[in-house]
This record gives sequence, structure tokens and C-alpha cells, in this order.
Amino acid sequence: MRKQIGLKIFAGLVFAFLFVPLLIIVVTSFGTNSTIQFPIQGFTLDWYGKVFENQSFVNSFLLSLQIAFWGTVLALLVGVPAAYSLARHSIFGRNWIKSFFLSPTIVPGLVVGYSLYQFIVIQLQFPLIQGLLLGHFLICLPYVIRVVGSTIEQLDGSIEEVSWTLGCTKLQAFMKVVLPNITSGIFASFMLAFINSFNNIPVSQFLSGPGVTMLPTSLMNYIEYNYDPSVSALSVILMLGTVVLMFVIEKTLGLASIS
Amino acid sequence: MSYVELKDIRVSYDHKNDILKDLNLSIEKGELVSLLGPSGCGKTTTLRVIAGLINPNDGEFLVDSQNLTKVPVHKRKFGMVFQSYALFPHLTIRENVAFGLKLRKEKKNVIDQKVKDILAITGLEELGDRYPKQLSGGQRQRVALARALVIEPKLLLLDEPLSNLDAKLRVAMRIEIKRIQSQLGITSVFVTHDQEECFSISDKVAVMNKGIIEQFDTPEEIYKNPKTEFVARFIGFENFFQLTRVEEGKYKAGDGTIFLSTRQWETDKRTGTIRPDDIDIVTGTEPNENNTVSGTVKVRTFLGKSYQYEIETPIGALLVNESDDVIYQVGDSVTLSIPAHKLIIV
Repeated sequence: MRKQIGLKIFAGLVFAFLFVPLLIIVVTSFGTNSTIQFPIQGFTLDWYGKVFENQSFVNSFLLSLQIAFWGTVLALLVGVPAAYSLARHSIFGRNWIKSFFLSPTIVPGLVVGYSLYQFIVIQLQFPLIQGLLLGHFLICLPYVIRVVGSTIEQLDGSIEEVSWTLGCTKLQAFMKVVLPNITSGIFASFMLAFINSFNNIPVSQFLSGPGVTMLPTSLMNYIEYNYDPSVSALSVILMLGTVVLMFVIEKTLGLASIS
Repeated sequence: MSYVELKDIRVSYDHKNDILKDLNLSIEKGELVSLLGPSGCGKTTTLRVIAGLINPNDGEFLVDSQNLTKVPVHKRKFGMVFQSYALFPHLTIRENVAFGLKLRKEKKNVIDQKVKDILAITGLEELGDRYPKQLSGGQRQRVALARALVIEPKLLLLDEPLSNLDAKLRVAMRIEIKRIQSQLGITSVFVTHDQEECFSISDKVAVMNKGIIEQFDTPEEIYKNPKTEFVARFIGFENFFQLTRVEEGKYKAGDGTIFLSTRQWETDKRTGTIRPDDIDIVTGTEPNENNTVSGTVKVRTFLGKSYQYEIETPIGALLVNESDDVIYQVGDSVTLSIPAHKLIIV
């Protein structure tokens, strides 16, 4: 019994360590001071208004949304068929290919960002938007392959075979039988990839340029010269967005199924 | 020529070991043929070759004199029932059953009528709007069967369809399958490793071992006259002993005992075998008479309606099932009679 109480206290401290800073951010976003201070002096919602008045925030937010969305869509278009063939066909070096596809989640973000910068911007001289899209597509791809792949592996392979015997071509079987049964995996991987792309700093930082800034970059630029609670307010908005997404995933699939 | 013909089918995955070795099989129209054998014998592979899920390296496959060897699986349109049932989880029972008909672009009222009919035959009328996960194992099995049958296939293929059911349901379902199969007169191939299930349902049985068919006969013939030692062992012959052939119908065991057989055997067969049920423990017979051996009881096992004795004899240990009229003790000396008309030479 004593041991369990000790454990509970320890767990409580860990949670506090993780959540108190976030809580402080939330509190400071309502402060009336012109710099971020804790505890706050008065209560105001002005800083939330300031976030939406700031054109560079709004523009980079919209850009981040679009890049994350289209990057994820591209990743799904490539990743779902890739995950399917990795799960269903005994391709030579299958495990090696699987690990390779997951490498962007293991290699430090800075390294990924820098190597993409070298390749996409310097070597290929890609236009900025296309370069960003390609970079974020690569960030999203591992999540799609991993999550959709495990969903396909859990699907009984004989339901495809039975659909062939009933007259489906392989493509029809994939569309009519496989896809409807992996929608949960596709949805989950979409959410995960989207969040990761949206929150990614290194790749966005390396691949953005004049006039094309992603939200995390523009936030960092802003903090360099200003230290007002609108940064806190923006952070709260982003946290809320992520919490809502996670809540939706939890309600539809359960977080356990994708981690 | 038979309705279904497999000719010299060879399947190999690595070009070294053959999964199927020049397999030949002929099935008549309307027959239910079982492929029986232990796991790894090639029975499922044979079924998958028939279905078109595996392309054989060599050989030909014909149905109704049409060569289907190169015809892809989705154009063969055979009905197939899988061990896992393989129902589409996202579709209702009615949609599952209608799946194959919709692909054939049949008219909606035709589809509805056919689905209704097959659901009635398989006893599923009430369950059409449910989803597979709301059904019991036996009900899922019926759906899988209905889905395979509704497309009016030339062949019905069943891959261990009963092995996921509990013992009671298994017996009920196999009677059900046999009833529907003979009612519709559909030529069927049934894969199983369960001897009893196979004998009860089949018109003919192919006993398979290591990629070849050891024997292809009616269940009665296989039960009474196994042609090879493998078949004998697989269907419950447990006593085997080496013999030398003296002349037609006369064999000699290692200890000199003469065994007479009332039947004719191929001259190269040398192993005597008999079921534990067919050996009698006798009294009042001289141990050195023909077809008798003496021995000592080593182990006694209670089987319910009988006892099984393991008896050490000069020709090897023999298993004998005897009724409980006389109960022998471990260590007793007994004389065994191996009747000439029950002795099988393989």
C-alpha cells in the first residue's frame, strides 16, 4: 500500500512537470501586461484578437494548414498502395523497405530538414511552395505507411481472395473490399500525419523562404522581437486544435490503436 | 472424360521442393470429393490450384472439357468457402450474399430473388440485415456457404470450413452442407484433416501425403482396404508388422508365425496391418497356430465402451480393443488372433 502511494505521488509529479508549463501558457494568454508575465495582473481576451489581426500569423497559419493537408493527401495517395503491397506481397527485402520508410521518424528532424534543403532547394532548385509540399509529404509518409500498414495486416487476407472468386479483379477487390475496411486506419494516419506536418519546425524552417513562411517559423520570428501574450494566445489556439483532433481520434478509433 | 480433371499438376515455390508432384485427380459431375491429409500434405494447395489462387508450374486443369489452367481466378467463378469464413465485415448478410451477383450486373429484382432463395435454403431468412460480427460461428458459416452458392458456380470449393466450429455444431453443419450440396447437385471439393468428417460427407476421398494422392476411392473402400501404409496409419490402423511373402495368401512373420490372408495382395507388399478393433484375444487356441501370436499385457487404457491393451508380442507391440466382458490385468499372458479376412497387407 505504501509503495502505491509513493508511485502515485511520483506519477503526479511527472504529470505536473509536463502540464504546469502548458497551464502557465494558458494563464498568461489572458494577462493584461504587454509582456508575458506570471502570475497575471488582469484578465483580457485582447491577445486572441491580436493573433487574428497579425497578417503574418494568419497567412502562415493558412499556408501551414494547406501544406499539411495536401502533404497528407499526397502521402495517402502514395502510402496506402505502398502499405498494401508491403503487407500483402512478399517483396524482396520487405523488412528493410519498411524500416527505410519509417526512417524520417527516427532521424533527427534537423538532419531531415537539412538534407531536404540540400536536395530540394539547392540541387533541384524547386519553387518554394512545391519544395515545402514535397518536404511535408515526406514527413507524412511514414505515418501513413505504418498506421495503414498495420490496419491492413490485421485484415483477414482471405476476404480479398473470396472477392476474387466472386468475380472481382484485384483492383475491384481493393476498392470494394480492402478500402472500406481500412478507413479507420486511413483516418487515423491522416490525423497523425496532419498534426506532425503542421507542428514540424525543422523542415518548414529549411524549406521556407521570402514571403513563404509556415506558422511555427513565423511564430519563432515574432518571438525574437516581441514578447507579448499574443504568442501565448496563439499557442493556446494550437493546443486546442490538437486536443480536438486527438479527441476525435480517441472517439472514433481509440488512441491505443495508433500508437 | 470426367467433369473436373487435374492432369500432372506440379506446384513448387522455390524450384527445389515440389508442394504438389504431378498430381492427377478426376471428379465426376455432382460428386463431393474430399482431400484428406495431415497439414502440409498439399490438400489446400490443390484446392487453391483449382480455385485459381495458385498457378501450377506444370500441368492442366479442365472443367467440362474446358482448359482453365490459364484462366484467372475472377473469371473462373467457382464458389469458395474459407476456414475463416471471410465474410465482408462492412456489409450486411444480404449484401455479403449479393456481392457476387452485383458484380455480374444482374438486374436488381433477379438479385433480390436469388438472395432470398439461398437465404431460405441455408436457414438465414431472419438474419439478412445483420452484420457478420453479430452472428455466431455456425451462422457465419452458413452465410459463407450461401455467398458461394448464390452465384451458381460450376464448382464449390470448401477449405476446412468446419474446423472453427465446436464439436456438436461441426456434426450438424456437415450434415447441412451435404444436404445442400446434394439438393443443388453441385460438384464440390472439400478439404479436411478430419477423417470422420470426411468419410461422413464424401462420395469419394483422396488421401494425400507429401504432395501426392496416396489413394483415391470411396470412403468405404479406404476404410476397409487402405492401399498404402500411410493411408492405413492415417485412418486408424495402428498395428504394423513386417512379413515375408511365402505364396499367394500366405505370409511369414519374423518369428516364424504363418499368417494367412483370404485376399489377394500385390506381390511387392510386405507390411501386415490390422485395426485394434479387429484383433481378438482368444483362449483355448494353441499359440503356434496360424494367425495367432502370444504376448503379455503391458498397458491397459479405459476407452469408455471398451478397454485398449498394449500387448508385447514377438512380432512387435500390438494395440487391441476388447469389450469389458473379460478384463485383463497388466502382466497377463494372452493369445491374440488376427483373422485372415481382416488382415491387410500394404
